[in-house]
Amino acid sequence: MTDLAVSSINDNDDITVIIDTGCANLNSVRFAFERLNANIKVTDDFDVIRSATRVVLPGVGTAGAAMAGLQQKGLVTLISSLTQPVMGVCLGMQMLASVSNEHGGRDNKAINCLGLVPTDIGDLDSKGLPLPHMGWNQISVTDHPLFEGIEDGSYVYFVHGYRAPISEYTLASCTYGENFSAAIGKDNFFGVQFHPEKSAAVGAKILQNFLNMGKAQ
Amino acid sequence: MLAKRIVPCLDVREGKVVKGVQFRDHEIVGDIVPLAARYAAEGADELVFYDITASAHDRVIDKSWVSRVAEQIDIPFCVAGGIKTIEQAREKLAFGADKISINSPALSDPSLISRLQDEFGRQCIVIGIDSFYDTASDSYKVKQFTGDEAATKDTQWFTQDWVEEVQKRGCGEIVLNVMNQDGVRGGYDIKQLSMVRAICDVPLIASGGAGTMAHFKEVFELAQVDAALAASVFHKGIIDIGELKHYLHNQNIAIRL
Repeated sequence: MTDLAVSSINDNDDITVIIDTGCANLNSVRFAFERLNANIKVTDDFDVIRSATRVVLPGVGTAGAAMAGLQQKGLVTLISSLTQPVMGVCLGMQMLASVSNEHGGRDNKAINCLGLVPTDIGDLDSKGLPLPHMGWNQISVTDHPLFEGIEDGSYVYFVHGYRAPISEYTLASCTYGENFSAAIGKDNFFGVQFHPEKSAAVGAKILQNFLNMGKAQ
Repeated sequence: MLAKRIVPCLDVREGKVVKGVQFRDHEIVGDIVPLAARYAAEGADELVFYDITASAHDRVIDKSWVSRVAEQIDIPFCVAGGIKTIEQAREKLAFGADKISINSPALSDPSLISRLQDEFGRQCIVIGIDSFYDTASDSYKVKQFTGDEAATKDTQWFTQDWVEEVQKRGCGEIVLNVMNQDGVRGGYDIKQLSMVRAICDVPLIASGGAGTMAHFKEVFELAQVDAALAASVFHKGIIDIGELKHYLHNQNIAIRL
């Protein structure tokens, strides 16, 4: 088979699904992938999600509302059963964790998340720096394929007040007061705390790395 | 290290970027998307679009430009002007704005801030404050409706109190625009910004007065603000964003190059 034939098959079958979580602003993430000419579907359809080449779990708002949205759509079990690359963005990353202690809701109870990356989300300890952590900060990366070609010290755009601590599941780290996880992952599930869709060329490279994952060989 | 942000502000009217003198006689500078793309390419860290159509005239206008910006621009942007309701905010965010900025409507109804925060999260709620030095009382006070000269009025808020109030109600960021020096390009009001910085636990953006590259260095070093917003020095080509960022980097200020 020629290279040309392989790439045309990929173009037809290569589908990146952004899960329609119902409460998030999904357009920014979709536009960023479209700028990379990716074949994007935004959906909550079980079959389409299952058959995707890779899946994005977006998220804006609060952990409680976002998890309630997933439960309402019956997506919790489905997401957990996925075997293709799944990337959470910002709150979407936090939803991959076991528990979130975000108290932006009605009560102060911890919120059970998807439990796909065994770490707990808590307050970012900025040690007196303004919160939320907002703006361009530098990351240190591991050799995860998501960060191929990304140098330590690259700037990406963050907006958050909660964080995953540094753990064995840290794929990239950042410092704002304390050190925290800029990306976490386990097996085919991983996520980034920052917004690659708003992180100029560095962010586009990270999204392209994601698009290079899960391709039919 | 978290970088200090350089934030160009573009005035938008009926889908075009305009510039005016003292809020009057607006002339069209050009289309929104190419200008925004140019600033992003030059190294702007964030963009603010101030929709002056919306603030001056209370009517339904085409907001699809917000969506066109979101399609093309890969840095964060904020939409300001004329957002008075949860639904108007939702529309901007759904079109792809990262943040919305509220000024006069928050003064008319401070509960708007908490309601927006409950709905969208504090990270996307920016409060703009137009502050001026009141010689009579030797204090800083807040003005309202500055987008329309005829409607501009003083409020009873002292700037410090309003800064405390908007944080308590859940804003995620404050843009402090200092009226006295706006447009004069004589430098940011370091004294006032330092005073506000001391009581501001959310990110603080300085606005009003930028004229030289040294003014940016001053405001970051002396007033410890997180970001500096400017309009005319960038639009008129007095300062090139790329050169400014290299200058600040050479002055040992944390900057994304």
